Amino acid sequence: MNKLLLILIFAALTFASPAAAYLAYVSNEKGNTISIIDTDKLDVISTVKVGRRPRGIELNKDGSELYICAGDDDAIQVFDAKAQKITGKLPSGPDPELLTLSPDGDIIYVSNENDNLVTLIDIKRKDQIGDIPVGVEPEGMAISPDGKLLVNTSETTNMAHLIDTKTKTIIANILVDNRPRFATFKPDGSELWVSSEVGGTISVIDPEKKIIKQKISFDVPGMSKEAIQPIGVSITRDGSRAFVALGPANRVAVINAQTKEVEKYLLVGQRVWHLAFTPDEKYLLTANGVSNDVSIIDVANLKVVKSIPVGAFPWGVVVAPQ
Amino acid sequence: MSMTALDGIKPLTLRQYFICLWGIVWREGLRFLHQRERFISALVRPLVWLFIFAAGFRQVLGISIIPPYDTYILYEVYITPGLMAMIQLFNGMQSSLSMVYDREMGNMRTLLISPFPRWFLLSSKLFAGVFVSILQVYAYLLIAYFWEIEPPSLWGYATVLPALALCGLMLGALGMVLSSLIKQLENFAGVMNFVIFPMFFASSALYPLWRVKESSPWLYYVCALNPFTHAVELIRFAFYQKFDWISCAAVGAYTAVFLIAALIAYDPARGMLMRKSG
Repeated sequence: MNKLLLILIFAALTFASPAAAYLAYVSNEKGNTISIIDTDKLDVISTVKVGRRPRGIELNKDGSELYICAGDDDAIQVFDAKAQKITGKLPSGPDPELLTLSPDGDIIYVSNENDNLVTLIDIKRKDQIGDIPVGVEPEGMAISPDGKLLVNTSETTNMAHLIDTKTKTIIANILVDNRPRFATFKPDGSELWVSSEVGGTISVIDPEKKIIKQKISFDVPGMSKEAIQPIGVSITRDGSRAFVALGPANRVAVINAQTKEVEKYLLVGQRVWHLAFTPDEKYLLTANGVSNDVSIIDVANLKVVKSIPVGAFPWGVVVAPQ
Repeated sequence: MSMTALDGIKPLTLRQYFICLWGIVWREGLRFLHQRERFISALVRPLVWLFIFAAGFRQVLGISIIPPYDTYILYEVYITPGLMAMIQLFNGMQSSLSMVYDREMGNMRTLLISPFPRWFLLSSKLFAGVFVSILQVYAYLLIAYFWEIEPPSLWGYATVLPALALCGLMLGALGMVLSSLIKQLENFAGVMNFVIFPMFFASSALYPLWRVKESSPWLYYVCALNPFTHAVELIRFAFYQKFDWISCAAVGAYTAVFLIAALIAYDPARGMLMRKSG
């Protein structure tokens, strides 16, 4: 009898609990704010003033702190997720744009566009612990799941620089198509995807052999080639599907990550820039720079369910674990 | 029916009413099914708009997010409710054409001498037309589904049904009023020019009204008063499981006006029918 009661209570709790609500943070480049979205309500629940020109944003492991590249303030700001306010800053060097965290969450790697450097910051000590010279206009940053390989893309040199995190030196330079802006590893670390904004392609790199093994290009019917500018890339945890933001083409391309074939183009807001999954991968959020909104993609059904107005020029987006 | 007519004294039972209604709907359904060309043309017309017109304008018309939509939509998605209403508009006019045909061929006389009240016969004829138009709309939606033009959830197919019924009634009643004004079949071209095209183009079927307002404020008011605009909007909202009070009230009011006008027009004592056939 007790067992039955327990089962009933469990069932009631399971069915009564609403869909997982996560908090998504969107950096508004021109609004100098962070918009916080509740992914259950699919609405902005608050907007917080931060430093000037916030672009790249990243969360720490437990989602308690958000690191914001405030480009025009030449610093990375530390944002307390609970208190919803800036609690400090990290010395990034001038004009930080994109950053990535080491898998253990201790070190921030940030690209400093003006100095052609990747700067390493110890989060606990709040201090710089090194610089790695890279190509001209560094932007995209990614780290392999095991934390051994760091990747930086330089927009003008058109290279993906593969860096050994132990020795802090470049071990390979891979020439990709024009203006590489973003890099990400497949969750199992077997592939590195680099998007080229002007080249209009994704280069899929084998990190072991350090060569490009495949290139993915896009063709949106009725859209000129120049308008198709791949930027943000998100790959599902199981490595089956990838989503690529196509900038002014106002589309997100859905790619079969095994065959590398484009399956579908989803219409989102204007100049779609960066993307982020909710931790359960139910939704993918897209920051749409020109239309000042965030589109929500239903990942299972490959449908855009809503576009939510946020601040001016949304640029980056991250979703916190619960 | 003739038996009942002879009885005269006994009031007509509900069952007899139903048999009459069924007979009229069945005849209209059969006519629709047997005229395969009509079925195909009813389907091809909106599909031409969908695949040729909408494809051409896909990039030209920027659509901002307006209710009932929650996000950006392709032009094909935007014009689909307009095309659904267009199917019903054509169907409404076509059944008015069949009224003219019936009148010319004498079938209508058979119908009108039956003992059932005039309003009932006309309403049955109207329901028959609405039934056929709904069949056409769902056939169109089935094809559109394969081009990923679909409501956000499958429930949309159910919630759009009452909207289609009401809009079908309104457009059918309008057709009926018009049919009382047309003397001959040949005049149907006039209906095309003076009713169907202006109603369709001066509405929110092809472009959102805020866009019309931008270019011409007076045209905007014409569109806003156009019953067809409200039919399109009612269908658009219902397809997305939302309810638009204003368009529903407008469609309801227009339906009542057209229905009353049709009943008056077909009233043997004072109607146009009498004047023309007499």
